[in-house]
Amino acid sequence: MSKAFGIVNFSNTHIWVKGLQAYRPIGAFSFLGRYRIIDFPISNMSNSDIDHIQVYIRRKPRSLTEHIGTGRHYNINSKRGKLRILYAEDGIDNENIYNTDIGAFRENMECIERAPYPYVVIAPSYMIYKVDFGALLQSHINSEADITLLYHAVDNANESFFNCNTLNLNRQKGVLSIEPNRGTAKSRNIFMDTYVMKKELFIELIEKAHKMSSMYTLADIVNVACTTEDYDVRAISHRGYFAAITDFKSYYDANIDLIDYKTALNLFDDEWPIYTRTNDSCPTQYFDTAEVKNSIVSNGCHIEGVIENSVIGRGCVIKEGAVVKNSVLLPGTVIGENVHVDSFVIDKGARLIHANELTAEPSNPGYVKRQDTL
Amino acid sequence: MKQNNMLAMILAGGRGSRLHELTKKVAKPAVYYGGKYRIIDFPLSNCANSGIDIVGILTQYESVLLNSYAAAGGRWGLDTRDSGVFVLPPREKAEENLNVYRGTADAISQNIDFIDTYSPEYVLVLSGDHIYKMNYAKMLAFHKELKADATIAVIDVPKKEASRFGIMNTDEDGRIVEFEEKPEHPKSTLASMGIYLFDWKLLRRMLVADMKDDSSNHDFGKDIIPKMLADGRKLVAYNFKGYWKDVGTIDSLWEANMDLLDKNNELDLDDPSWKIYTEDSNSLPHYIGPNANIKNAFITQGCIIAGEVKNSVLFTDVKVGEGAKIIDSVLMPGVEVEEGAVVTRALVADGVKIGKQAVVGSADSEHIELVAKRVKGAE
Repeated sequence: MSKAFGIVNFSNTHIWVKGLQAYRPIGAFSFLGRYRIIDFPISNMSNSDIDHIQVYIRRKPRSLTEHIGTGRHYNINSKRGKLRILYAEDGIDNENIYNTDIGAFRENMECIERAPYPYVVIAPSYMIYKVDFGALLQSHINSEADITLLYHAVDNANESFFNCNTLNLNRQKGVLSIEPNRGTAKSRNIFMDTYVMKKELFIELIEKAHKMSSMYTLADIVNVACTTEDYDVRAISHRGYFAAITDFKSYYDANIDLIDYKTALNLFDDEWPIYTRTNDSCPTQYFDTAEVKNSIVSNGCHIEGVIENSVIGRGCVIKEGAVVKNSVLLPGTVIGENVHVDSFVIDKGARLIHANELTAEPSNPGYVKRQDTL
Repeated sequence: MKQNNMLAMILAGGRGSRLHELTKKVAKPAVYYGGKYRIIDFPLSNCANSGIDIVGILTQYESVLLNSYAAAGGRWGLDTRDSGVFVLPPREKAEENLNVYRGTADAISQNIDFIDTYSPEYVLVLSGDHIYKMNYAKMLAFHKELKADATIAVIDVPKKEASRFGIMNTDEDGRIVEFEEKPEHPKSTLASMGIYLFDWKLLRRMLVADMKDDSSNHDFGKDIIPKMLADGRKLVAYNFKGYWKDVGTIDSLWEANMDLLDKNNELDLDDPSWKIYTEDSNSLPHYIGPNANIKNAFITQGCIIAGEVKNSVLFTDVKVGEGAKIIDSVLMPGVEVEEGAVVTRALVADGVKIGKQAVVGSADSEHIELVAKRVKGAE
């Protein structure tokens, strides 16, 4: 059993994924055909023996609560463990500046105070990575730091990770400040919005944030803690696969990047399963006219057409003569006869029947709305 | 027990010795089928979808895996307060020594105490090794409508195959007048599917008598059904139309898998109103490599395919290497076919590795080749 409880935090208002986010929070986005993004942080926690997990939701709770349910499928012990879904009742679905993570934590302070663990691990519901929180917690305890943050060093911060924060570090991995990525330099330490600290300190920071500004987020107050030098804030570098779903392009890219099996092996590991809710779909059926190359295909599909370099969600139908390239199909989409799709994200249940050609560029992919018929 | 007052007992002790190595360590109902299922998923899912809450599973032969598999009733949604899956291997009782199940009827007889705890009005006896989708609630409605003492599900089989089955001879009203086990010259083509629906009170009396009868084989087909007919009981045939397969041999198991490749296959595992539930796997969706070529295939999660797959069924976590060819074959969970190997008309047992450039099976073989051991490839 871990010494920490887990918090899966939502994305604050500075992040907006056009198209998809209108229907659900980022954690509920379908990913690689059968997962939802929130499966990654919850599985990381479950695999790290954290069995008390609080999932915070800022808006549109339906799809997430449905997906997470009792949490049984995340291999969380049904008696000792606990997975709770929490939100700020006043704030939910309010797209205003006051609907922050600090606001949600304050409203649920009782649940935080009562969690019988000395430490808390906080991870975002909108980033995809594999990490052993047990090891991270141990490093944090050994270092005697007040707060430990996780970051990923990248060399393409000038063209990606736009809505992410970055960490300014000194040579001893002390955090000097947390700043938005302004895209002005290639090499940056992208902050993975992942924190480890004592529960008492976490509670103290929540109150402090609220007193300083009603629109402060957890990242804001931790930044204050760094810059005022009241606290010892350190950072640990993460290696392996990392994706931050902080805009439409990053969602598309993360799906497409993982089509390469070698890349996927940096994220998926038999010893570190990623759990999700099963749908009991049958296997996928390929017919005589199917031509599929370099793609990820989920169960329950019927494939008669051509697929290249794409991610196909559960229960999709690709009719004869259809061509799908460089695209991400969410579950239950239908690509009709002779319809050509290139570089698109097709949202859940959309049907492309009458459209002949939908073409965009991988650098600027297109989007078809949920349940839409074209 | 609220929904229809019917309890189901699944006979899952079958050894299935004609499936050779596939049933060396597991009973036949635990054999894999259809990419991600085990055969017993079918009767269990049918029960769940038919609104049957209490299911007893009678196990005997190599039952360790089957016992733990079936006991997780949540997989089939049989885990609410009033429902459950109960695994019933032979057990020692206070007044008696431990007896193995001597026959299909004896397996039920030895669990009369279990059935009595639920005091059902009807008991449905099923076989754990058949592949089909059936709504038992409809069969029960039929049984009630005809005020039958017992109802036996039958399926019309081709005349030339009829002598392989237990054949029911019926009158115009569907009442069974004669039952013949594997007759040489069948008088009808209505084969018993091994699905019996009884009024529990009557069956209970007959089982108690049967237990004391030393000359009995304690078998439904050989003893109980003929006795009921002799007693002038009302036995009726319930005509089932649809896909039904008893996969007794490697050839027929292969064929039943191949049936799924047909676009309009009768079994239709994709029917959202009658899903077949099974063990959940944490495997990824399947990966299709840049040089892969897939035609007419049934492929499930966890597969990684770099080579060619034609007219084949691939189960969970199968790997097909670069340049490998899988033709007219069934690859069970975890099979690994290395680069350049060719597999034709074969059924490869779970976890078997086929080495580089190896050649397995042949296109013109009379029977399907069962590959149950590692095949060494080129060094």
